[in-house]
Amino acid sequence: MTSAGPAAAIAAAVRRGERSAVEAVEESLAAIAAGEELGAFNTVTAESALQRAHRIDRAVAAGEDPGCLAGVPVAVKDNICTRGVPTTCSSRILEGWRPPYDATVIRRLNAAGGIVVGKTNMDEFAMGSSTENSAFGPTRNPCDPARVPGGSSGGSAAAVAAGMSPLALGSDTGGSIRQPAALCGVVGMKPTYGRVSRYGLVAFASSLDQIGPIAATVADAALLYSAVAGHDPLDSTSIPEEVGDLSDALAGEAAGLRVGIVAELSGEDIDGDVSARVTAAAQSLASAGAEVGEVSVPAAVFGLSAYFLIAPAEASSNLARYDGVRYGLRVPAATAADMNAATRTAGFGAEVKRRIMLGTFALSAGYYDAYYGKAQKVRTLVLEDFAAAYERFDVLIAPTSPTVAFGFGERTADPLAMYLSDVCTVASNLAGHPAVSVPFGSGAGGLPVGVQVMAPALGEAAMFRAAAALERAMADRRRAGSASP
Amino acid sequence: MSDRPGSGADALWAAGSPGLGAPEGTEWETVIGLEVHAELLTRTKLFSSSPNAFGGEPNTHIDPVCLGLPGTLPVLNRHAVELAVRVGLALGAEVRPSIFARKNYFYPDMPKDYQISQYDRPINVGGRLELPSGKVVRIERAHLEEDTGKTTHMGGAGRIDGAAYSLVDYNRAGVPLLEIVSRPDMRSAAEAREFVAELRATLVAVGASDGKMEEGSLRVDANVSVRPAGVSRLGTRCEIKNVNSLRSLGRALEHEARRQIELLTSGEAVAQQTRHWDEDEGRTTALRSKEEATDYRYFPEPDLVPLAPEGAWVEQIRAELPLLPRQRRRRLADATDEAPARVSLIVERGQDDLALEAVEAGAPAAAVLKHLEQNLAGGTGALTAAGLAELLAMEESAELTSNQVKDVLADMARTGQAPAAVARRLGFEAVGAGELAVLVDRMIAEHPEEWRRLCSGEGRERKKMQGFFTGQVMRATKGQADGRRVAALLAERAGS
Amino acid sequence: MAERISRDEVAHVARLARLRLSEEELERFTLQLGDVLNHAADVAALDLEGVAATSHPYAVGNVLREDVPGGGLDRSEVLAQAPETEAGQFRVPPVRGEAP
Ligand SMILES: [Mg+2]
Ligand SMILES: [Zn+2]
Repeated sequence: MTSAGPAAAIAAAVRRGERSAVEAVEESLAAIAAGEELGAFNTVTAESALQRAHRIDRAVAAGEDPGCLAGVPVAVKDNICTRGVPTTCSSRILEGWRPPYDATVIRRLNAAGGIVVGKTNMDEFAMGSSTENSAFGPTRNPCDPARVPGGSSGGSAAAVAAGMSPLALGSDTGGSIRQPAALCGVVGMKPTYGRVSRYGLVAFASSLDQIGPIAATVADAALLYSAVAGHDPLDSTSIPEEVGDLSDALAGEAAGLRVGIVAELSGEDIDGDVSARVTAAAQSLASAGAEVGEVSVPAAVFGLSAYFLIAPAEASSNLARYDGVRYGLRVPAATAADMNAATRTAGFGAEVKRRIMLGTFALSAGYYDAYYGKAQKVRTLVLEDFAAAYERFDVLIAPTSPTVAFGFGERTADPLAMYLSDVCTVASNLAGHPAVSVPFGSGAGGLPVGVQVMAPALGEAAMFRAAAALERAMADRRRAGSASP
Repeated sequence: MSDRPGSGADALWAAGSPGLGAPEGTEWETVIGLEVHAELLTRTKLFSSSPNAFGGEPNTHIDPVCLGLPGTLPVLNRHAVELAVRVGLALGAEVRPSIFARKNYFYPDMPKDYQISQYDRPINVGGRLELPSGKVVRIERAHLEEDTGKTTHMGGAGRIDGAAYSLVDYNRAGVPLLEIVSRPDMRSAAEAREFVAELRATLVAVGASDGKMEEGSLRVDANVSVRPAGVSRLGTRCEIKNVNSLRSLGRALEHEARRQIELLTSGEAVAQQTRHWDEDEGRTTALRSKEEATDYRYFPEPDLVPLAPEGAWVEQIRAELPLLPRQRRRRLADATDEAPARVSLIVERGQDDLALEAVEAGAPAAAVLKHLEQNLAGGTGALTAAGLAELLAMEESAELTSNQVKDVLADMARTGQAPAAVARRLGFEAVGAGELAVLVDRMIAEHPEEWRRLCSGEGRERKKMQGFFTGQVMRATKGQADGRRVAALLAERAGS
Repeated sequence: MAERISRDEVAHVARLARLRLSEEELERFTLQLGDVLNHAADVAALDLEGVAATSHPYAVGNVLREDVPGGGLDRSEVLAQAPETEAGQFRVPPVRGEAP
């Protein structure tokens, strides 16, 4: 059995009245203040967090149960709407915007007793893999402040890695939860598309976006996932099926688990130190009783091209609404159309503009069939390739990121190089499948490496089971003093 | 409409080209296709739960979704789908599995800067609308989409060009629309008007729309082209927007056809354009030409899932459909031995149930139709079918004159009382048969010269004298005698 | 390899997307978008005849909402977020041309 994570420990203590929520929140706020130079937060909601903590403590004193996240501080990516609290997507165009409503995940978080301590930095509109594309400055990797935390949920991953909050919510469109989790040495999970409501998640690419948890441990990630997942009538793409209990899965029993190593994600595109950790992870699982083999999933790789047509196409439409009329930035001009253009030109950063243009092009007359239309068909191939692999295996493993955390500015000059950071993760988004990144030792420079566990749609239980097994194997290795290769 | 292999005339007629100028005396044919947007009668918007209500303080019928706030998602209104299916079935369309798409363009009254509409897979495909005249107009499709907000242009006399600034109200944003697209089957402004009137009646009959063109709940765009008679290829078309009544539709179409014919006659080309109907000026003006055409970048709406109304649901909706105007015309025509076109006015007025019941109760069909048409234009009010039948029986037996019947009808519509009671109250004592004969004989005795002229007269003279005696009798009875009976008595006395 | 997107097309796309590009940006974006599209060439080159498109990863259908009012917004809260308002409405510079 994996040990309960820090979030579960806080909730348990608060529910039993052994620890106050106020204390947990104060501790979190202190850590946030101490780590300010990391640039993990856009907004810290100290006042409302403390008020909520007091309410929870009063409830516990009155004999009520505030829920499974009682008193647990949670950092929330700044593209998830929080009523009355700025939600900027790290963009000038939304600077100062206060949504008049809460995202469904926020309502569920609150209902479970969780406490939002702030909004975390990100790549503007979740477009990026390094959190360098934030209008408010980059986030630094707590493991090495000279390096990026990954992205786009870099602020959320850094907040958890730096101990600022035991839990964070991120969003993952092409790897934006898993990759920063890997680069920061924490657990990051993307649920099955439709498992967690997107209502209140500012859209990047609607058919790929999912909200998911970032945590220090697999069990904590599952705890937050369970609290926010489930059918939501406000999201038409929400899955009606029950989420189910994960406690058996979290026991991490590897025996009998069929684990496939994705052949296409172990080649030359992946740094050697990272590949070595995936191999080590496979060996650990095998020695714990899992059945491990290699499997080919061709579409896992060329899905990247499809991803870089589909995501920008949807984004070009989703981001049209930032036009200076109803909220956010407005740059005055003589006509409405000029005002739209002036506002968007001033309000969006270069990467957002690049993707809007790419997506506009992919949808435009004469190019739709060759680009967007074909990319949607590639998606069918991705699903078919995965389906074939899952006939033989319960889960697949692969690296989360082809490299460990890289330095600031290393990839900003070449967008294509940055896009290739997502090569291991996009396939799960195209297929809508769940996937989780679990820290599994370190690579070059002692920087963390994440191993990704993928599962078929609604396969969260198998995914968590393998992830927990990996985590346990890693703990065993660490105890045996063999954490590094 | 598809291009058929050209006839001889076709070869000379190059659509859209200035050509050689049409020869003197060319007969022109106008070709019209219509796009009708009907706001559906739901309680809430198409994709969110704020009220679908006309008017109201600006920006008070709003919610995060219809405002397109970041993070919001659409969820489809079941009742809007049901109304779309009702209309589809009423038009004989095929109700198909469909998907929604995004139509991308910037405009301040569109909260998301894209409209959720249906594109290549609409819910209703095909169908036809049979007009009272018997003309059949084919329907291309009828699809669901969301309405935009409203932009008011301030300054510059409220006109779009020259306005100082604009104000935007999103109350209407997200209201469900059904866009009904006809094939280019109409050949005159009159047919187009008839189509819209019949479509409106159909939409109202199935409860899908209130049909109010003035309030904008029914909006018509017209595609118009002209071509020499006998040519099968279509000419270059213009789309006319901003027609707010049946009358403006007729005027706009007539004006536009004339404009195009004049261009072609003088050897100029018709440019494919969207044109705005200016009601005050009585003309259309160009909005934008094809060169500036927008690229809408349609793609499947990822926030919505496919829609495929279950067969059982569709069948239930079909079973619950009310009789349609066309069916009601047919029903009344059959019951009255008239042509459907002859009874269309009565169906239009919704008086057909009453008419049918009256005929059923034994009233002569022709008289029923005549009275409804001529004497009850303002509505039947409290009039019952039984009352109408009873009254018509009294007219038949000459207990009341036709003038009296008219007055009694009006009274019955107001009070709902039985005809005998009304006639008594109004002092319409029927002049008995015996009494009338005595009166006629007295008049003959009092006017011997006129009587002689009647008896010996021919044609007009005889007619004139008949009129004289009828007038005398009417004066004596204060108009309460039955003219037909007087005529019969005179004829009898004259021995002819 | 033929260029996959021309400078003119980039300029056209920017107009469609209501973005203004400097000469320098136009130059740079043309190259960068070309790079990405080149990378996507393997997709464009695939023969996918007969392959169905997937627009939703997880197949659900007929998600419908009952026609029941609720969940409105307070106008003042919404207008408070707007750059410019007048008489309970959103004020914008003059709109030239009607909606397409
Ligand atoms: Mg249209
Ligand atoms: Zn329309």
